[in-house]
Amino acid sequence: MLSNYIPIVLMMVIAIGFGILMANLSKWLGPKRPNFQKLSTYESGMIPVGTTRERVSVKYYVVGMLFIIFDIELVFLYPWAVTFDKVGAFAIGEMFLFIVLLFIGYIYILKKGALEWD
Amino acid sequence: MAPLSHYLAVSAILFVIGTAGVLFRRNAIIVFMCVELMLNAVNLTLIAFSQFLGDQTGQILVFFVMTVAAAEAAVGLAIVIALFRNRQTVDIAKVNILKW
Amino acid sequence: MSIFDILFYLFAAAIVLSAAFVSLSRNIVHAAFSLLFTFLGIAGVYVLLSADFIAVSQILIYVGGILVLIVFGVMLTNRVTNIDIRAAIRSRIPAFIICAGLLALLIAFITQAHWIRYDEEPWKKTPWGKNAVEQVTKPLQGSVREVIDQQGSQGTAAEIGKLLMSDYMLPFELLSIVLLVALIGAAMIARQEAVQKKRPLSPSLPTEVSQ
Repeated sequence: MLSNYIPIVLMMVIAIGFGILMANLSKWLGPKRPNFQKLSTYESGMIPVGTTRERVSVKYYVVGMLFIIFDIELVFLYPWAVTFDKVGAFAIGEMFLFIVLLFIGYIYILKKGALEWD
Repeated sequence: MAPLSHYLAVSAILFVIGTAGVLFRRNAIIVFMCVELMLNAVNLTLIAFSQFLGDQTGQILVFFVMTVAAAEAAVGLAIVIALFRNRQTVDIAKVNILKW
Repeated sequence: MSIFDILFYLFAAAIVLSAAFVSLSRNIVHAAFSLLFTFLGIAGVYVLLSADFIAVSQILIYVGGILVLIVFGVMLTNRVTNIDIRAAIRSRIPAFIICAGLLALLIAFITQAHWIRYDEEPWKKTPWGKNAVEQVTKPLQGSVREVIDQQGSQGTAAEIGKLLMSDYMLPFELLSIVLLVALIGAAMIARQEAVQKKRPLSPSLPTEVSQ
């Protein structure tokens, strides 16, 4: 039962190990001869202005909020997709109502212009 | 498998940590995170009971809690953002217009 | 003590430590990232409790959704000078008493009560208990291959789906209304200024003047 998770654990270990290895390989193998230009934030690029602790625009928040609502919808779709053939047409109607209700909200947001990236 | 009381103890400690955060901190977003901690503690209890009683209803309840938590996060953080825009602060002690 | 017990205590330690860091840390960004480890630890405990679908949903909703939203909230309200915000001394003592009392109460409950399992006597006689015992002791049928297939796909998603489509249909539909209201409300609250900006400040006067 729980041994079903061993492949997942193995994959996570390999993924994390691969990430750490690849990120550090150049550090371990490559030569290090730093100079002023190389150490600047953007080598041969713009000179950075201001701090990095800037506040981001509220538009990102609206997109994130929209994502979380439809994320929930996705999570509900999954158990429905596994069982709807056993329950029949009733289940399809149920999920249709669920999706339509959320879609109304989406249309409303779209019409209100909350998603316009001006 | 660890006994049920150990799972319950973990979630009790988590719940008290959340309560402490809500009561001690004044940054609205930290308070918010601590409310999420409390909700998670309750979810953990529900799943533990569901497993030890062999009844799936607890898992359904966790689903509902998660959905309500997501709705709460969306609306609550929107309120925090609106608050910050109007008052330039997220200190809940300074938001006292409705206080009697 | 099996490997799963050790894993459980490791996860429990991770949950408690990172949660304590969330509620005590002075740096709000560190607190938000510490919350990530709390959520992941709880997902791990769900896996150990063989609630696999809930564990995946935990990662999808909490880590992928709510935490991202909280980090956005942090970035939207962050100030360059992070003032340490704590409760005033006056309200600290009652808050401490409440927390200590709650902890004592919960621990007392947990240690005093007699917790039953699905196969213990009083619960077994209830309809839910009967159902649970049937579910657990149900003999697997078919060839070896089929048994392996059944055991391999012991996911809880199908069970949850069945309950959602039958017994919990009304709450399920109500949730979509909750989500709808949250969607509209949050978008309107967060985008207030943009909506106001779009409308002209003074509506054009009706044509009384020309009459």
